[in-house]
Amino acid sequence: MKVSELEEVEITLFLETLRLRHGYDFRHYSRASLRRRLLSLQRMFAVEHLVELLPRLLREETILSKVLATLSVPVTEMFRDPEVFLLLRRHVLPVLRTFPRINIWQVGSATGEEAYSLAILMAEEGCLPQCQIYATDINDAALATAEAGIFPARRMALYSENYRLAGGAGKLSDYCQTHLDVVEMHEPLRRAMVFAHHNLVADGVFCEAHLVMCRNVLIYFDRFLQGRCLGLMRASLVRGGFLCLGLQETLDAYGEKEDFQAVDRLLRVFRLRTEGGLR
Amino acid sequence: MKERGTVILFGCSTGGIRAMQMAFGTLPEGYPWPLVGVCHVGERGEWLLPELLGRSCRLRVQGAREKECMQAGRIYLAPPGYHLLLEQDSSFSLSVDEKVHGSRPAIDPLFESAADSLAEHLVAVILSGANGDGAAGACRVVAKGGFCIIQDPATAEAREMPLAALACVPEQHRVVLALEKIAPYLREMGVRANG
Repeated sequence: MKVSELEEVEITLFLETLRLRHGYDFRHYSRASLRRRLLSLQRMFAVEHLVELLPRLLREETILSKVLATLSVPVTEMFRDPEVFLLLRRHVLPVLRTFPRINIWQVGSATGEEAYSLAILMAEEGCLPQCQIYATDINDAALATAEAGIFPARRMALYSENYRLAGGAGKLSDYCQTHLDVVEMHEPLRRAMVFAHHNLVADGVFCEAHLVMCRNVLIYFDRFLQGRCLGLMRASLVRGGFLCLGLQETLDAYGEKEDFQAVDRLLRVFRLRTEGGLR
Repeated sequence: MKERGTVILFGCSTGGIRAMQMAFGTLPEGYPWPLVGVCHVGERGEWLLPELLGRSCRLRVQGAREKECMQAGRIYLAPPGYHLLLEQDSSFSLSVDEKVHGSRPAIDPLFESAADSLAEHLVAVILSGANGDGAAGACRVVAKGGFCIIQDPATAEAREMPLAALACVPEQHRVVLALEKIAPYLREMGVRANG
């Protein structure tokens, strides 16, 4: 057997152990990205081969959080793709504002930068008091960071520029307080947010949402899991609700994509149709 | 692709546009393999590279879309802001994982994923560029039985990328070519394959 085939067997064994022992199923993740992350896991635990981790994965309770944190590396930024936030500000929020309550499900929130960006957007458009942002992720360590709302100050220059390009009229520093090398997001933003553990592979609809934001999550999944997730998001949306995907993501894996109309095809913002026999 | 054929991988940054135009511009329609690569670009603004390169190529140039299967005779480029990876079924995956060598897309993740997913029949082309991205990936490609073409640093607008590859890819697995010699070399490879 060739080395690469052996490595594939090892990956399969590892994923099966993770699934059978801990209930986390990564079999429908895109293999190439997963392989890279498994390599980082090997480096982190200083093992040459993935199978060397199997005994620990089986017996050590505490290893799971480290494995999950490595397999779902949180990479995010505030107001990433500012043109998307500009579109939300100009074309989506005016609609959302008409609802007495606005529920936003931000899927795959990682360390929360995008959820805070949404909260800032809602605050600036005067919708924060009626708004609840549910930010979910599989990675509890990342969720804890998100909940604390404390971020490295060194990234604020980039975030401020993003914020400006997203149509921000004030200053990003108006929404946080700097302590040495970190910034702490303001309490009113945090009060509008709930951070919760949710696993897209196994869990059901999280809430009834007027906007579902799920960006750069589906790219890590195969077509099957993409279809499942899009189905979940569709089921969570109210009639006329909005769905925002990553710039390289599509509805292709979803069987009934005609349920949606594009608000902006390039920026991947869609709206669940209001007419017809939906819901 | 039904059969697992050769894939031409390429990477470049500074000076890369001219290098790509020269290296791939004259490849003929019906070229037997896909070309898949990364050119470092900023994340802001409209992405004009496929159109720009397409104007000077006979092959179709396009951004790689996630889950799309690569086809022979086309040139695919990693979209800005995303690493491009190759899967075993010859489809593309994208990721927003950490930048590599300060860049996303980066060359190493593409080359490494191709080496791990597709193993043999890979040709890694390193063109003009201003950092060491691609060298580790090219090493992985040749370690899995592939082959490396490095632009002669003397003909490169930025020499760091070719120099880094030269420093780590073993001599028996590479050829160093002046920029104007890369296209004839790739054409000849294609002609031999088409028999």
